[in-house]
Amino acid sequence: MTNILELSNLTKKFDSFSLNNVSFSLPKGFIMGFIGHNGAGKTTTIKLILDMLKKDSGSIKVFGKDNLIYKNEVMERIGVVMDSTYFVEEWNLADLEASVSPFYKNWNSKKYNDLLDDFYLDKSKKIKELSRGMKVKLMIAVALSHDADLLILDEPTSGLDAVSRNELMDILSDFITDENKGVLFSTHITTDLERVADFITFINKGEIVYSGTREELLEKYLVIKGGRGVLEPSQRELILGYREHSVGFDGLIEASMLRMMPESVVYEPCNLDDILVRTNMGGNSYE
Amino acid sequence: MNIIISNTEGIPIYEQIKEQIKAAIFSGDLKDGDLLPSIRQLAKDLQISVITTMRAYNDLEQEGFIVSVQGKGSYVKPKNPELIKEKKLLEIEEHLLAAINASKLVKLSQEELIDMLKFLIEEESND
Repeated sequence: MTNILELSNLTKKFDSFSLNNVSFSLPKGFIMGFIGHNGAGKTTTIKLILDMLKKDSGSIKVFGKDNLIYKNEVMERIGVVMDSTYFVEEWNLADLEASVSPFYKNWNSKKYNDLLDDFYLDKSKKIKELSRGMKVKLMIAVALSHDADLLILDEPTSGLDAVSRNELMDILSDFITDENKGVLFSTHITTDLERVADFITFINKGEIVYSGTREELLEKYLVIKGGRGVLEPSQRELILGYREHSVGFDGLIEASMLRMMPESVVYEPCNLDDILVRTNMGGNSYE
Repeated sequence: MNIIISNTEGIPIYEQIKEQIKAAIFSGDLKDGDLLPSIRQLAKDLQISVITTMRAYNDLEQEGFIVSVQGKGSYVKPKNPELIKEKKLLEIEEHLLAAINASKLVKLSQEELIDMLKFLIEEESND
């Protein structure tokens, strides 16, 4: 598999925050969810990919090419959706095309107009009149109209209602029916990723704590529940995010450790939120 | 062919896809050489990840139910002896279960039932 995006040992230091040795790669043809709390380093990473920030060290390859040496070529093939539009609010959607299209060699005006129709976006509307969901769709329409091969979306779902989030997931799945394309998609809303993401990368305090397939991650752990006092102290130590309450306990356990548990416990498949909360991939206890 | 995914059954999604494609092959809904939906199209239609569908197709290929041709897609593997055997085994199991249930009704012991089977096998081979 060829990587459409490859970060190695990316480092960027700020006064109060630093991104440390961030490495991960996304093979082409897949969707990667980039998960972390607010302030974990998602946007910094994305800005480094887009050369909106200068890195201290490390390397970024997009389509196998260095993102700085081949900047023009690389940027032309990346479609970007940020959490707010980078367009002038007073423009209507026709003005937008006139202003943006000269920047791209492959601008396809027919496609832009078709997409606006598909997304029910009215060309005569001004950008400031669009709802948040419509703005996200507009940014996607722009990205697809210049025939981007890699979509990078920074928190595209925040502030979107369930219907729009679902539509967005459909658009992304549709996008990667072409196996030469790829999507990197940052979010703190994990349910968006529950179904469509092929890969998950967790970032916490500027460091990558997991990067791999979503299935592998979800199969690694199980949610475990049981009555009070059924666990020996040695058994309890195996449970991540152990929580005891008046009528029992719950937590997360590595699937391979299940045989160490008493028969009275119940267990069930976990979801990304369980992992995020229990292993504290957002905190310090993750080993 | 229909594939219906349940999120509440606790069965992994790739397993559900596998079993339903197998069922469609057994029932004749999918015939030898039929083209399956592409991995990416199926992932899109079911709103699941590409890797999940890939895993189902890879398993089906390993088990000899389908064959994937680079750049063309995945087909139902024609005249697969293993597949026919699996289907026959299921049939045999069904008939044997029916025999067991019938024997319970008349309180036939396990030994008597097995003897009866052995006797029938001998008779058959003597013919």
